[in-house]
Formats: sequence, C-alpha cells, structure tokens
Amino acid sequence: MSGMIYRTNLISAAALALMGGFMTAGPAAADSVIRWMHVEQVPTTIALWGAIAKEFEQKHPGVKIELQFLENQAFKAKLPTLLQSNDAPAMFYTWGGGVLQAQSVTGALRSLDTTLDAQGGEWRKSLNTSAVEGLSFDGKVWAAPFRTGVVSFYYNKEMFKKAGIDASKIATWDDFLGTVKTLKQAGITPIAGGGRDKWPLHFYWSYLAMREAGQKGFADAKAGNNDGFAGEAFVRAGQHLADLGKLEPFQNGYLGATWNDALAAFGDGRAALILSFENTPATQATNSTSRKGQPDENIGRFSFPVIGGAPGVVTDNFGGLNGWAVTKNAPPETEEFLRYMASLDVQKRLAKDTQILPVVQGASGEISRPLLKEVADALSKETWHQNFLDQDLGPNVGAIVNDMSVEIVSGGVEPDDAAQQIEDAYSLERK
Amino acid sequence: MSINTATSASLPAVTHRRRRSLAHSKWPVLILFLPPALLLFTVLVILPMGEAAWYSFFNWNGYGSPTQWIGLRNYQLIFRNGAFTQALINNGLIVLVSVLVQIPLALWLATMISSRIKGALFFRLIFFLPYVLADVAAGMIWRFVYDGDFGLVGGIAHFFGADPPFWLADRDVAMYAILGVVVWKYFGFHMMLFIAGLQAIDKSVLEAADIDGATGFQKFRLVTLPLLGSTVRLSVFFGVVGSLQLFDMIMPLTGGGPSNSTQTLVTFLYNFGVTRMQIGFGSAVGVVLFVICVTLAFTYKRVFMRND
Repeated sequence: MSGMIYRTNLISAAALALMGGFMTAGPAAADSVIRWMHVEQVPTTIALWGAIAKEFEQKHPGVKIELQFLENQAFKAKLPTLLQSNDAPAMFYTWGGGVLQAQSVTGALRSLDTTLDAQGGEWRKSLNTSAVEGLSFDGKVWAAPFRTGVVSFYYNKEMFKKAGIDASKIATWDDFLGTVKTLKQAGITPIAGGGRDKWPLHFYWSYLAMREAGQKGFADAKAGNNDGFAGEAFVRAGQHLADLGKLEPFQNGYLGATWNDALAAFGDGRAALILSFENTPATQATNSTSRKGQPDENIGRFSFPVIGGAPGVVTDNFGGLNGWAVTKNAPPETEEFLRYMASLDVQKRLAKDTQILPVVQGASGEISRPLLKEVADALSKETWHQNFLDQDLGPNVGAIVNDMSVEIVSGGVEPDDAAQQIEDAYSLERK
Repeated sequence: MSINTATSASLPAVTHRRRRSLAHSKWPVLILFLPPALLLFTVLVILPMGEAAWYSFFNWNGYGSPTQWIGLRNYQLIFRNGAFTQALINNGLIVLVSVLVQIPLALWLATMISSRIKGALFFRLIFFLPYVLADVAAGMIWRFVYDGDFGLVGGIAHFFGADPPFWLADRDVAMYAILGVVVWKYFGFHMMLFIAGLQAIDKSVLEAADIDGATGFQKFRLVTLPLLGSTVRLSVFFGVVGSLQLFDMIMPLTGGGPSNSTQTLVTFLYNFGVTRMQIGFGSAVGVVLFVICVTLAFTYKRVFMRND
C-alpha cells in the first residue's frame, strides 16, 4: 500500500514537472499560494481571471494565485491521482454531479458551508438557490457555484421563413417532428448533429426523458423506484427519439461529425436547427467556415418542446452548472478568493466580458446580447435545473447514456433495450 | 539472464582460481550497472503490472483506494461486452490485412526497387514517407481526406456529380476505411525490411538460377522467397504487434465509433476504462491485453521464428 502511495506521488511529481511550463515561478516568495486549476481555453477569459487574481493579491499581501491550465480530457484523467497527492491544486474546475460526489466521499475536498454561512450567511444568500443545491451532496456544499447554463434549440430564421415555419408555434414534440418534416420537404437539412462526440445527442434523450418523467419521475428513477431508468417513461422517451431518427433529420455523415462540425454546419447555414449551449451564437461563428457564422439577428431560440400528457414542463431546464471545488489542504485564503470571485461586482464583469450566465443574483443584468438575455430569463423562471447527465449520473453511466442516445437515434438499439442498459449500469451505482 | 547462464555453463570447466578472479571481475560490474536498470524496470514495468492485476478485481473509479472487491466480475463484463468482441475481430482483421495485402504489396514493391534501377532511391523515399509521419498526424490527414463535405473524397464525388460518401460515419464501412490507412501508413516500413533482406541475398545464387534457365517468377518463388523467409516472419510479427498497439491513428479518425465498429483493444481500454473512470475495468482489459500479447509473442517466436 505504501508502495502505491509512493508511486502515486512519483507520478504526480512527474505530472507537475510536465506542467511546469504553465506555472509561474516563485511560490517561495509568498506566504500562501493558491493554485487554481482550470480547463478554460479562451484567452480573453483567462486574461480577466488573471486580472481578478491580481486584484485579490493586492488586497491580500502574502497571498499568491497561480493559474494552471490542463486540457479538458487530460484534466479529467489526471485529477484522481492529483487529488490524492500532496500536489493537489487548491481549487479546481468542476461540472458537479456524480464526479464531484465521488471526490467529496474520498475526503479530498473541503466543504464550503462554514464560509457560506459566515457573517449571517451573506455569501449563501447572494447566490441562486438552484446553483448551490446543484453542487451539494449529503447536506454539504462541495463547490462554489461559478456559472450556469441552459441547453435550448437555436434556429436559422431565414431558413425557417423559407420553409414557412413559425418557431413560436412549436410547443409540443409532435409540432417539432412536423417542423422537421416541413424543413425536409423544403429541401433544407433540419438539424446539425455531432454523433461522433455522442454527448451532443444525449441532449435529446435527456430532455425527452425529463419531459416524459418530470422532476419527480426522474428522482424516482435515480432512487430505483418504478424499474428505475428502465421504467415506462424512459422507454417512451427513447421511442420519441427513435421517431426523430426515422425522419433522418441530421446532416449527411452526422455519425462521424464532432460537435465543432455540427456548429460549423449550423454556422455555415447548412442546417436549420441545433440543440445547444447558451453560448451557441458565439461558438457557431468561430466554428463556421467564414469564422463569422450566422449574425445574431438571424438566430432564434426556443425551449425544448413538451410532450402532450407528460408531466415535464417547458420551464424544466437542462444545462450545465460549474463551480470551483476546494481541496483539503488548500490555504485558508482560497475560500476568501472564491467569495471575491462570486461577489456581485466581479460576477457582473464576468457576465459582461466573458458571456457567462452568472450565479449571483442580480448579476445577469449586465448581459447585453439579446439571445443570452433570453436564456438568463429562462433561467430565472426555471422550475427545475437538471445538470448534464454524463456528469450527474457519473462518467460511466453518463457514457452509456451518450452511447444509447446515438444508438437509438441511428436505429442501432431498440428504445426498451437502451433503457434497460442504462438501468443496468446505474443499478451498480446506487448505494 | 544471459550473463548468468554463460557463467554457470562455463563453471565446471574452470579452475578454482579462475573462478574467483572471474567472480571478482563480474561482481563490481553487476553491482554498479544492474541496480539502476533493475529499479527502473521494477518501478515502471513490474509494479504497474502487478497493480493493474490487483485493481482488476475491484469496482473502482480511481478515487480513494480500491475497496469494493468484486472478484472476477470485471473479466465477466469484458467478455460479455459486444464492443470488446468487435475490438478483437478488428484486431484480427488488421493482422489479416497485414498478411494478405500489406506484406505482399511491400514485397512486390521491394523486389522492384531493391535493384539499382533509375529512381529507386526516390521511390524508396516516397514509399517510406507515410511511415515517418506521426500516427496522430496521419489520422488527422486521412480524416480530412475521407470527409464528405470538404475532403478529397467529397471533392471527387462532387466532381462526378454524386452524393458524397461519409465512410467514417458508416458503421459498415468505417473499419475498411481505417484498414486502408493502416496499409498506406505501414507498407513502407515492411518494404524497407524486405529491401534490407533482399540486399543480403547472395547474388551468385540468383546467377546460378539464371544459368539453369529459371524464369523471373521461378527465381522469385524458388530462390528469393525462401531466402527471405526470416524477414517475412519478422514482418508478420511486426504486423501482429502493430495491430495490438493500434490506437493513436484511430482516435483522430473515428475514436472507435460509429457504434464501436472501429474499436481496437487499446481504444476499447481507453474508451471504456480511462474516459469512464472505470479503473478496475480498464485494468482488467489491460491484463487481458497483456495476456494476449505475451501468448502471441511467445507462441509466434517459438513456432515460426525458432530458427531465425
């Protein structure tokens, strides 16, 4: 056992040595060093974070903040080893869900309740309740909420006009299927899909399952009641997805297309619809062939439709929730810094300059882009916020949900079989 | 290992004094040079192997220490997994294509350009170039070539006014598309092996065959091929080993998809073990892969390469 720990240290030491290039020098000079590990790649965002860190350093002499970047996949692969070593970062990016829960159980993290409740619970009160709840397990808050998001349909207004479709009339899943048919008849590729990355298609299954089962049904499935994820509602959700697949709504070769390819298809005007993140207006542009994509005026947005007779409502949102987790041996100033990051002033700047949907109440007023404002409104009215299933259900079940979503829509696996496979995998995770 | 056998074999023949001096001369060298290599080998090879074997009996996501002992369940799950079976089949396919297409092609090209004809050096360079390329780069290049929207294949289809095919997105075709890239990437390497083998063949044997009135094909079948036997066996061995290692070219091409139709054993390990944080399951796959590698390597060496 000691051999294992020794080796783990050795590996993380090597990993750290490799990451040396990303670190700034001179931790010895400061009294405490907050090492901040993230996966952000947008230079302007990192620059703003750096500026915020500098401000904090000036207000707190003796504290030094070091930003460390790891590429998304590498970050996820290295974190388990890193967290158990002495070289764990003070704070790191998290998507919440089953992964964060697994980390919290090992004792590698420090819960944030004390700081949240300090000074009469000032910090806790300033945050959106759903964001705090989303990062809580076993009655404790394990990460400081940072930003949130909603997945919804974005459409090309011009193409809709050409096919004679009024997007505001799409309320139910049947309406949506009708839209797909009309678009096809007009010779337009209805939807841009990224089947190679799989998770872009898990949005469809997840939303359909949420609409079919409703919040309570979903919680029941997680608890293993009513046949869990193999229950009727989830089979029906799969059937709806199979119905969509039979219409062949996606661009040619979508099973080999990445998420970036899908965004490009939408940005180039090769497909009329995309079910996507709140930052789509920006990302469809950067991924398009012209780098300009569709102008904001030509993009419309609508929420995922409901299913007639099912309990799910249109204000039930599916989307990400990100936060910063603090490790066990982090310097005490880490929480102080996170609190600074979550202060109204800073969140407003982040909302304005990095186009995030902030989690602090009152900060979303700074959002200027109308399409993003629309999402912020949807968030403020939401009745349920469901985190991405590949995070919420843990990486293993999440991967199976991703696999099954692709299989159902491409006709590889029958909906009832797919529901059973998801249930089989999740049954191992229930404690 | 070989030092020890050599020592013990020569022991009975030497005198006592000779033995002492021999021991004197050997030990300092052993003490000085063995530990670093032994330590590295133990820490970086033996230990991880043992750990993987140990982890493979746990349901473990990599956090904390493994506690949930599940015996052989991971192994049961592996052999019940359709994607694993597909990966095994694909690895077999790669070996098959390597033996039936790649090696004959390499041999044919080698016989043509091993002699000092005009431009031989140029063609050697051209054919060897794909092998020099990094696997990931080759994968990315071919992903672009196969692309139906902007790639070469799409462009050709558009030129003839046909609907562009999306081979990498078609679960029935994707593996063959990958096999094409594998052959393209590695035939140059095998060709170089054969060129080296051909140059080692004594010219006088071929001259003798000429004098005896052998035709070109007879010379190849009865003289060149038998004399190249050891190179062919080595080439097949590299083909098998390469197939078992194939990973970094597949990831940019298809990532194992669509519908797991292009998984190999290593991409299966990565997709189902590492990215899903199923460290126990992944370790079990690693152990299975290890057993397959060791069995294949030793059997092949014992059976086919005994005299080489």
